[in-house]
Amino acid sequence: MNWSWMLPESFSTFGGEVDAIYYVILWVTGIVFVITEGLLVYFVVRYRHKEGRKATFDHGSTRVEVAWTLAPLFIVIGLGVASKGVWDRMKRDVPDGALEMIVTAQQFEWHATYAGADGVLGTDDDFTLVNELHAPEDRPVLVYLRSNDVLHSFFLPEMRVKQDAVPGQEIRAWFEAVQPGDYTLGCAELCGTGHTTMNGTLTVHTQADYDTWVAGQVAQQQ
Amino acid sequence: MSTTQHDMVNRAEAGGHHDHHEPPFIRKYIFSTDHKTIAKQFMFVSLFFLVVGGLLATLMRWQLGFPSQPMPGGGVFPDAMMAPTPGGAIMLPEFYNSLVTMHGTIMIFFAIMPLLVGLFGNLLIPLQIGAPDMAFPRLNMASFWLAVPAGILMLASFAVEGGAAGAGWTSYAPLSASGEYTGVYLGQQLWLVSLAVLGFSSLAGAVNYISTVINMRAPGMTWFRIPLATWALFITAVLVLLAMPILAGALIMLLFDQTIGTAFFLPEFDGEPLLWQHLFWFFGHPEVYILILPAMGIASEVISNRARKPIFGYHSMVLAIIAIAFLGWIVWGHHMFQSGMNPMLGTSFMISTMAIAVPSAIKTFNWLATLWKGDLHLDSPMLYAIAFVSLFIIGGLSGVYMASTPVDVYIHDTYFIVAHIHYVLFGGSLFAIFAGITFWYPKMFGRLMNERLNKIHFLLTFVFYNLVFWPMHNLGLQGMMRRIYDFTQYEYLQPLQPMNRFITICVFILVASQSLYAISFFWSLFKGEKATNNPWNSNGLEWTVPSPPPHGNFAEMPVVYRGPYEYSSPESDTDFLPQTTPPRDRPAPAPVPTPQGA
Repeated sequence: MNWSWMLPESFSTFGGEVDAIYYVILWVTGIVFVITEGLLVYFVVRYRHKEGRKATFDHGSTRVEVAWTLAPLFIVIGLGVASKGVWDRMKRDVPDGALEMIVTAQQFEWHATYAGADGVLGTDDDFTLVNELHAPEDRPVLVYLRSNDVLHSFFLPEMRVKQDAVPGQEIRAWFEAVQPGDYTLGCAELCGTGHTTMNGTLTVHTQADYDTWVAGQVAQQQ
Repeated sequence: MSTTQHDMVNRAEAGGHHDHHEPPFIRKYIFSTDHKTIAKQFMFVSLFFLVVGGLLATLMRWQLGFPSQPMPGGGVFPDAMMAPTPGGAIMLPEFYNSLVTMHGTIMIFFAIMPLLVGLFGNLLIPLQIGAPDMAFPRLNMASFWLAVPAGILMLASFAVEGGAAGAGWTSYAPLSASGEYTGVYLGQQLWLVSLAVLGFSSLAGAVNYISTVINMRAPGMTWFRIPLATWALFITAVLVLLAMPILAGALIMLLFDQTIGTAFFLPEFDGEPLLWQHLFWFFGHPEVYILILPAMGIASEVISNRARKPIFGYHSMVLAIIAIAFLGWIVWGHHMFQSGMNPMLGTSFMISTMAIAVPSAIKTFNWLATLWKGDLHLDSPMLYAIAFVSLFIIGGLSGVYMASTPVDVYIHDTYFIVAHIHYVLFGGSLFAIFAGITFWYPKMFGRLMNERLNKIHFLLTFVFYNLVFWPMHNLGLQGMMRRIYDFTQYEYLQPLQPMNRFITICVFILVASQSLYAISFFWSLFKGEKATNNPWNSNGLEWTVPSPPPHGNFAEMPVVYRGPYEYSSPESDTDFLPQTTPPRDRPAPAPVPTPQGA
């Protein structure tokens, strides 16, 4: 059983930044946890009732209140500021030259539409696979996320990607994989009785292998 | 006394409610307008639903611990819930989704909320401020009797065709808006109607609590002498008043989408699914503060009394309650970071969410400082209250992770969230409820609870509670999603089977341990040590009257001279100094009999 608070390894460019924020928070909350719980245990033992024990008649201290208001405030604002940049890069700033694809979610499968050999979506050589995402390494991939029925959530855990698919909208999600391999594609929003089966794979190829794969797919479609 | 108290008692007199005539059984115990009886009614019904909610969770955990394996005794369930196979009955995904939905719904709306707001609001507010009853006793009776049919409707939904609601307690559209997506039709509609009826029950209660606290405080009970339990319940009532109508509106809109052809949330007719989320969470976030503020108030009462020490920073504690309530209105979008709403909103909601950690931190530090240099009596109410602080710290700290938008990308909709909500709702609210029931039990029933049984219950619950919910942080960090019928479908989650099985076994023990509290509760009703007026040597007004108090509470008008936390004061020969004890240097005024005490 894995009791570790270390994250599983990430395999995308912004994965490292996300994980870094997580570890900062882990340190901060870990220190606060040890101090507060430690004091709690110490006080319960040290000040427990014994014959002759008297409590101190103390109503509080304004100075102390100000101190322990401002200290947490600075810490959490700091965490917010640190997080904002990473968030903007993940959700708003799609890099240039991204490979585009369309992922359409429906009960209970993922349909991935590729641009084909011409690299342009919406042309005749587009092809669609079910529950299979393919991407080249070291190149941003821009997913146009859609849903045909209810809310689903496009979850690539190893890439640190999660984006709800909303019917009636097209939402952009992007990532850049840094290592070839097979990764997980899952649904992270309850979407009905088949929610548990809505899994697929993301296969990341080297650029050369990816081109070969695309060519092979296009040939198969004909 | 205040004009309102005078009028109220006169009206009660006119209705025949005074000490000389004993009301018939049905007016005394069934359709009672006495706040103390209504409090007990809420308590018994809510504890029943707490057990139901716990059993639903136990069933869920069977599936997670032993995925798609035949469940012992599963044959008693209908085929629509558990599929009969040669090896035994196996849970179906549709039933699992209903269990997830109904566990959350019942625990939040029919257990925790009515225990905190219905039981403690009704029990404590009039007694702690020196009032004979609530401002509107008949409205109070209506509040309870609206909650009962709501509960019946919710339970009945299990029995209809298609089963109970299965779209999560959050009921996101479009999944919830059309039965064709879930196979659940009437069940989803009953869920909506039940909650709408319950909303009216809550609103009636809120109106009563707010009016009573504003208008019916005894002489000398200024705002900053009100005990923190009543302060918390008062602020909670304001949240209920403002939040429930939003939920009601959303529920009606969804019901219309389901039944009469509107398309508020249906995109195929230009509706907007995200609108449901905004409406639901604009209610939903204040709702979770409704679920924690009274618990914080109870913890403050118990900790200060059992530490024989004033609550540290009383004024800050009040301001922190108000700050939490206020900020709670501007954080709802943190439930929607990944929803597809504009990412710029993510940043603004992150800032407000980070900010709301601060008043909760202030309260935690104040509880710790109250324990510091106290004289800590570690009996069972104190143990539950200390556990509340300890577990709330964990729940609060885990919230910081999900407040950070990039980290939330990874942990949203995983078991990390499930861990967080259960640390604040069970570790927080439920432990405080145990503390409060145990502490005010003598006032309600005239007997003390069985201290030995309570201590064993406390120890077993604390240990097994943590064994169940702490590892859920780890499951979430490994990527296990919420509301998932069979996580073994995902290869990367298969290594999580042992941990899930471990949690399930601990859940069985945790649930079984609750029987100790039930035994203590019912045994003590008949065999518990008889209680005096003030078994805890407490300062509050509720401890100046008999256990249990008579109808009308106070035979003489209470006069308040100080705040409620003057423990170990140099002005007293003992380690407590009740709010109504006249100061040594002033002669006691002649006592004024109240109409109900005459």
